[in-house]
Amino acid sequence: MTDSTESPDLSRRGGLTRLKEGTYGGLFAACAAITLLTTVAIFVTLLSDALVFFRSVPIAEFLTGINWSPNPAGGGQAFGIIPLLIGTLTVTITAAFISIPIGTLTAIYLSEYATPNARSILKPLLEILAGIPTVVYGYFALVYVTPALKATLFPEMSTFNALAASIMVGIMTIPMVSSISEDAMSAVPDELRQAGYGLGATKFEVSTGIVVPASISGIASSYILAVSRAIGETMIVVVAMGAQARMPEIQEALFGIPFVNPADVLLQSGMTITVAMVQITGGDLTGGTLPYNSMFALGLALFAVTLVMNVISDIIAQRYREEY
Amino acid sequence: MSNTTSDDSLITTEVQADSNDDRAAPAAGTAVAARDLDVFYGDEQAIDDVTMEIPEKRVTALIGPSGCGKSTFLRCINRMNDMIEICRVEGDVEFGGKNVYDGDVDPVALRRKIGMVFQKPNPFPKSIRDNVAYGLKIQGFDGDVDARVEESLKGAALWDEVKDQLDSSGLELSGGQQQRLCIARAIAPDPEVILMDEPTSALDPVAASKIEDLIDDLAEEYTVIIVTHNMQQAARISDRTAVFLTGGELVEYDDTAKIFEDPEEQRVEDYITGKFG
Repeated sequence: MTDSTESPDLSRRGGLTRLKEGTYGGLFAACAAITLLTTVAIFVTLLSDALVFFRSVPIAEFLTGINWSPNPAGGGQAFGIIPLLIGTLTVTITAAFISIPIGTLTAIYLSEYATPNARSILKPLLEILAGIPTVVYGYFALVYVTPALKATLFPEMSTFNALAASIMVGIMTIPMVSSISEDAMSAVPDELRQAGYGLGATKFEVSTGIVVPASISGIASSYILAVSRAIGETMIVVVAMGAQARMPEIQEALFGIPFVNPADVLLQSGMTITVAMVQITGGDLTGGTLPYNSMFALGLALFAVTLVMNVISDIIAQRYREEY
Repeated sequence: MSNTTSDDSLITTEVQADSNDDRAAPAAGTAVAARDLDVFYGDEQAIDDVTMEIPEKRVTALIGPSGCGKSTFLRCINRMNDMIEICRVEGDVEFGGKNVYDGDVDPVALRRKIGMVFQKPNPFPKSIRDNVAYGLKIQGFDGDVDARVEESLKGAALWDEVKDQLDSSGLELSGGQQQRLCIARAIAPDPEVILMDEPTSALDPVAASKIEDLIDDLAEEYTVIIVTHNMQQAARISDRTAVFLTGGELVEYDDTAKIFEDPEEQRVEDYITGKFG
């Protein structure tokens, strides 16, 4: 720091200004740190309590067991995650079949086709859809969707079933896909559209051949978010799918790969990982018991499933990335 | 534009349109014609009763100060103005004798005959090959795509620089190369007319001069209509020059040499010598 009287005043500002700047920086960093620390703390807790659980129940038994009955009162106690995993994957995949196509097409419509007027009405409406409490979706599934499906397509459907719950989870996650994808598509520079139109491309060709590829990483992250949300969804499933850790009948099949009849899963009651956790906490639970600790093992499994999904979609997004 | 002219003399150093002498004077056929063309943006008139005939296989420059309507005029030719909701066009723009604003004209089909190059280089975030082949792909071209890609890149004087990296992204090229890639993309489907909207204004002088040389070559095969802010550029590369002045009025339209050496209109002379605009 040189201070010359002749040269213009370039000296550092007073201590107060510097202190303020430093405080702001520290404040922002602290907020970022809270998020990070919480994540780490959750992970450490999950892991340590899960390890306690795995001391009593071998990890292989947990991962391959086809029976889930944590309550010692009801006879044989068993901690097999497979029926829960089937429940969770059924809901997640079925919901994705609804939210991804409808959400993506909605996003294309909003970003490329809708007039500014239509967009200004539709976007807030979709955001309202995202704001409905999930318990409402759950009762809607139970009270309207299931009876409607039963009356039309699947008379043999049980009152609590995976299909109605999955449909509602899918509908609930549409706004996530459409809103984030639409943001990504709107961020594509207009010059690229102009270039396409200038070459005689139709609106459809510009939307699908230029805008969607250019925004694929944003679109993929909307899928990740929607799928992660579906994996973790609890309220809709507990209301509409019931809470029966049911193992579907495994059939010997093609190429020796065992498979499960989808109808046997979708039209029947079932239990997801999240619902199993809720059920454990719902009972007369004392800390340190085996069912209590199993909750953390389930949490860890859920965490792992989400992580794998994230990694997969990240790889896919990298593969098809067209950055502008 | 700040032209450094000390007195009333016209720009004389750059006006010799010598590069264009090889394209003989006898008028070629008409590629594009505007008749009584008016364009409005809402209540604002952007083009005021313009009538002009643009010769084929020539370079026609549209010059004028900002907001004079020259870009608007250019975008009427391939109906890119259609996308601006408040834009209203009256009068005729004829392409191949057909009014492009007739009800039965599909702007998509029209744009397949009229290529366009924009102010800012805008290659797609795709490979160099896919950029050039894009127009062919959407038009259902069933010939040898790779051969056409090569031919177009050669036509845009870019082939030698990119022939070993056709699969890398078009965005990895420099600005000048990107603009030549955009030109290759525009000529690949073999249009009849190429519209250029200030194609060198975002480029450095060396890259700009390469594009200028290229434009001269393109006029062998295509009708080139170029909007430019740069009067020296118009003088260097064009055969015909149209001067638009504020309000969307076509003030003078003649051979480039005539416009720059001996314009009829005082306003054009003032504009060219830098007295205003």
